[in-house]
Amino acid sequence: MAERSFAKEVEKLRMGAGDTFHGEGILAITKALLENGVGYVGGYQGAPISHLMDVLSDAQEILGELGVHFEASASEATAAAMLAASVHYPIRGAVTFKSTVGTNVASDALANLASGGVTGGALVIVGEDYGEGSSIMQERSHAFAMKSQIWLLDPRPNLPSIVKAVGDGFELSEASNTPVMLQVRIRGCHVHGRFAARDNVAPAMTVRDAVENPRRDTQRIVLPPASFVHEHEKIDKRLPAAIRYIRDNGLNEVFGPDSAKVGIVLQGGMYNAVIRSLQRLGLADIYGNTKVPLYVLNVTYPLISEEFLSFCDGKDAVLMVEEGQPDYIEQAFGSMLYKAGARTRLVGKGPLPMAGEYTGQVMTDGIRAFLSEHGAGLLPSRGRAPNAPPPVETAPDLANVVPVRPPGFCTGCPERPIFAATKLVEKELGQHHIASDIGCHLFSINAPFEIGATTMGYGLGPASASAFNDPGANRRSISFVGDGGFWHNGLTSSVGNAVFNQNDGVIVIVDNYYSAATGGQDVLSSRADNKTKSTKHPIAEAVRGLGVNWVRQVDRTYDVGKMRDTLREALTTPEKGPKVIVASSECMLNRQRREKPLLGAAMKAGERVVKPRFGVDEDVCTGDHACMRLSGCPSLSVKKLDDPLRDDPVASIDQSCVGCGNCGEVADAAVLCPSFYRADVVHNPTRRDRLVDRLRRGLIGWLQMRREAGRLQFAEQ
Amino acid sequence: MNVHRLPDLPAGGDDATASIIKIAILAVGGQGGGVLSDWIISLAESNGYRAQSTSVAGVAQRTGATIYYVEMAPDTGGEPVFSLSPSPGDVDILIAAELMEAGRAIMRGFSTPDRTTLIASAHRVLAVSEKIAPGDGRADAQSVMTAASAAAHQLVCFDMEKIAVEAGSVISSSLFGALAGSGALPFSRAAFEETIRRSGRGVDASLRAFAASCERAGSAGEDSVEKRPDPAAPSAEAVAGPRRLVEAWQRLCDRVDALPGSVREMAMPGLKKVVDYQDVAYGAAYLDHVSRALAGDTAENGYAFSVQAAKYAANAMVYDDIIRVADLKTRTSRERRLRKEQGVARDGIVQVTEYFHPRMEEVCGTLPAGLGRWIEARPKLFAWCDRRINKGRRIRTDSLSGYLMLWVVASLRPWRRRLLRHTVETAHLENWFETALQQRERYYALGVEVLKCRRLIKGYSDTHARGQSKFARVMAGLPLIEHREDGADWLRRLREAALLDEDGDALDGALKTVATL
Repeated sequence: MAERSFAKEVEKLRMGAGDTFHGEGILAITKALLENGVGYVGGYQGAPISHLMDVLSDAQEILGELGVHFEASASEATAAAMLAASVHYPIRGAVTFKSTVGTNVASDALANLASGGVTGGALVIVGEDYGEGSSIMQERSHAFAMKSQIWLLDPRPNLPSIVKAVGDGFELSEASNTPVMLQVRIRGCHVHGRFAARDNVAPAMTVRDAVENPRRDTQRIVLPPASFVHEHEKIDKRLPAAIRYIRDNGLNEVFGPDSAKVGIVLQGGMYNAVIRSLQRLGLADIYGNTKVPLYVLNVTYPLISEEFLSFCDGKDAVLMVEEGQPDYIEQAFGSMLYKAGARTRLVGKGPLPMAGEYTGQVMTDGIRAFLSEHGAGLLPSRGRAPNAPPPVETAPDLANVVPVRPPGFCTGCPERPIFAATKLVEKELGQHHIASDIGCHLFSINAPFEIGATTMGYGLGPASASAFNDPGANRRSISFVGDGGFWHNGLTSSVGNAVFNQNDGVIVIVDNYYSAATGGQDVLSSRADNKTKSTKHPIAEAVRGLGVNWVRQVDRTYDVGKMRDTLREALTTPEKGPKVIVASSECMLNRQRREKPLLGAAMKAGERVVKPRFGVDEDVCTGDHACMRLSGCPSLSVKKLDDPLRDDPVASIDQSCVGCGNCGEVADAAVLCPSFYRADVVHNPTRRDRLVDRLRRGLIGWLQMRREAGRLQFAEQ
Repeated sequence: MNVHRLPDLPAGGDDATASIIKIAILAVGGQGGGVLSDWIISLAESNGYRAQSTSVAGVAQRTGATIYYVEMAPDTGGEPVFSLSPSPGDVDILIAAELMEAGRAIMRGFSTPDRTTLIASAHRVLAVSEKIAPGDGRADAQSVMTAASAAAHQLVCFDMEKIAVEAGSVISSSLFGALAGSGALPFSRAAFEETIRRSGRGVDASLRAFAASCERAGSAGEDSVEKRPDPAAPSAEAVAGPRRLVEAWQRLCDRVDALPGSVREMAMPGLKKVVDYQDVAYGAAYLDHVSRALAGDTAENGYAFSVQAAKYAANAMVYDDIIRVADLKTRTSRERRLRKEQGVARDGIVQVTEYFHPRMEEVCGTLPAGLGRWIEARPKLFAWCDRRINKGRRIRTDSLSGYLMLWVVASLRPWRRRLLRHTVETAHLENWFETALQQRERYYALGVEVLKCRRLIKGYSDTHARGQSKFARVMAGLPLIEHREDGADWLRRLREAALLDEDGDALDGALKTVATL
């Protein structure tokens, strides 16, 4: 583990009735789980829900007191399968992951779970990674809910609503024997707000009670004939029960005047954006009191026909605000209106775009267009033709100036030298087909490395190169997979597959000691001790165990020469079958977070500390930037010298350098200029250090003086 | 016109969010945008406001562009509905923790002249794309400054990173200070400072950076992006050494003084560089090149040819060889600079490792010309030697043995003229210079451009070879354009294309275009 402490957040989980909780949306959900008597929690880390996992992982004491079981699941599929504990037993369970990627992985278990149904409340909390800040393909979790018949909650993005949705979700799940998905968008997960805390509640039945008193019911197992019965049960029993519960408990909300000619139907998650647009158009005040009736779907699946039709009753037109595509909700509502023979016009995708995030501007434009066409007279003059000045005229000019800034490797990242070595080996042996995977190492596709052709899913890098296995080909494919992806899925789907199918390609497993990209959560091969997990299972052993004969372990990725030589060997050896290189060095970001305070303390305490940092001799550097093309490190930049004879800026290393060594190694391996140097500053030197230093500097000083006395010395500028 | 007004609406259908203060923070991942937005929330909530912040952290935290968004409104007991993301034309305060991020914000419409207080740090964190160009790939900061002035109601722009570093803090502190100093928020300076104290980490340093930045912003500080001090022209007084050499140097300076103004300005640093590299005789040879350029050059061209000759002849004569590197790395001036850059006191201890990777080519170049050629003519011998020489060598120059090794190499300097590399470089220089003079005969501007092509040759080993090859490829295009009146323009385009990428793909494209002329 990266040894980050979430002690402050964990303390918040102890709050009880009368306290006001301040914090992020995702942490509010974590607290709400405990308030609602959850019996077990699992999940797989990933933005934007990592925080839930991190905090619970540090909250073992509280969980122990309540009798709640928590585990960091091996994958989303594992997490979803864990909900099986709620099939026969009345235990509330919750799992969480990033969606839709996590839901993709989990869907096998989710579909089985939804078929048989649940007894205890089963909640799937998905962090909907959509729109700005997202790192994945743009899809909707909605489809999964519909296909497996899992109810989908999409609460208004404020803490009290999100917290209420957790409780509603469990009860809805129990009332309808159906798992419930709670969808929270990126900004909703990271929104800072407050809610009135309640006391934590211990689960009525714990997993220990259940395992000591096992139950079974063949009817709940997905195998014919039960599976056919399940489908009917879904429609005949569970759906009506859900609709009843949602309607009776007012899970969806209606705001605004009772009678109006137009109205807006929206996903709960869109509420703040809709209100903001109405505020800007002069149709709502800052507290959300609106002149346009709103039907807020805190439950976006199933949809309640009666509720919707009664909202439409007497209205000429309603606007459906549904972010993303396909427009499942709009289609469903359109069908309801048609079947009911209603005259209300349904407008949605049209004024609002079919694809893409509904940002403030998109939403305001869409609502304004809808109201100008259908809400005759409703728009105030300002709203019809807002006289706010248009964005500045100079803006387009900057498009050619402002550089793109995609995410990249951090200062000192141990993955940088791996790709520098790959670039060097490709220079020697030519370009190769390179398959990438999910994780920080995917940043290799950007400048300066521009390595990698595809990414097909977590742990699927080598699998995605499996077609390139022609015995006659005289070039091998290279594929990358991270340690996280390896343990998640790569072990079997990628490496096992390569062994079984006698794939001749090269597989590089990027091991940075834990799941670094998501915040440093431990995996099986983590090198640290973990009180609650079993770690230190080497990847190389696992790979050998699968039957890979050619395995190389590189324990310091910063050795660019060795990395390059190992890659070259893998690409050229006559050995058949997959060639696996495990490239291991600890994630520098997390390592610095851990070590920096320790080093600082040691220095303060007067201990001898040697701190490395790199530098560039600016008079040796000629400004070709070949080193940057093998680095891209944030601490390695360029600066313009005050010298009329120089055209190009020279390399320069700033204070943030952590002395990882990549610069020097690359200069050596790629035979670049000798302008880099490493300076190891000795803090709190010993008496011996001082003596040796004085002796050396005396002699060197004498040599320097001897030479410099005989030549012209120019004053430094 | 018949205006339908609804009851209870804000007067005139005004934007109801006038009482909400909207703040967007754009930063580069790792700059501490999260800390800043936490401070703003804490400041607002403890001063009678309701506030909300959101972010889209995720992978952008890894050195990518990130955005944080804060809204606040006076607490009247109700629950305001805040937006989770900024809208173009609807931001009151925009904080950019880096200049290009300010540019990005302006492009996205988050800074508008009717309302936005734009607080931007003028420093640059270069994007990867800016760093990897073989030439100068840095984005034009001035156009962002110009746009910022046009796009902001109030602009507060200075180097807040520098203020933070000087105070031993990070940029979030100085940005917070600039926010306080701008007066854009209705809170007192004391309230800001109290917020920092409450946060409880690195408080003193944060407060120092905060104060410096707050005062600077309060004095409506806006400064240029890059202030360059006027280069002090070196003169005879700035030189020390044996009297004989100083006198010889003085005589060379006298020759420079006789040059036309613009040429003099370039020839003086050129002379200094050349003499520093070799000796005063080498300086005299340099001035001979300048004189050759000047003969036939005229004031009506601004002596452009001679100025470029003075610049690039100096660079060509000061070719990079291992003697040069060893010389530079064993000087006292180097040690001084290293200690300053690494923040090591005079009596502090620093161990210095140099990274060398000599190849047989470099060694051969450092042999007497005859011997070097003899080896080069024997590929098997050359390869045999290369196998022994061509490897990375790490040399500790703080240790006596390591230092001595370089010191000995540097002591080859007096013999440099007899070495193989020198004969090769001199021939190359002569060839190039002569070509430029010839081209000047017909088209003056083309001659100037030929001189400027020297810019392509730089660096050591592989880099040097690549530069040489690019230079050769550009010059190979010369016969295709030398007869054209716009030949100079074409040669400039070829050279600029050569500086765009490492392998010269852009150059190949440009050469193809030239071939079709």
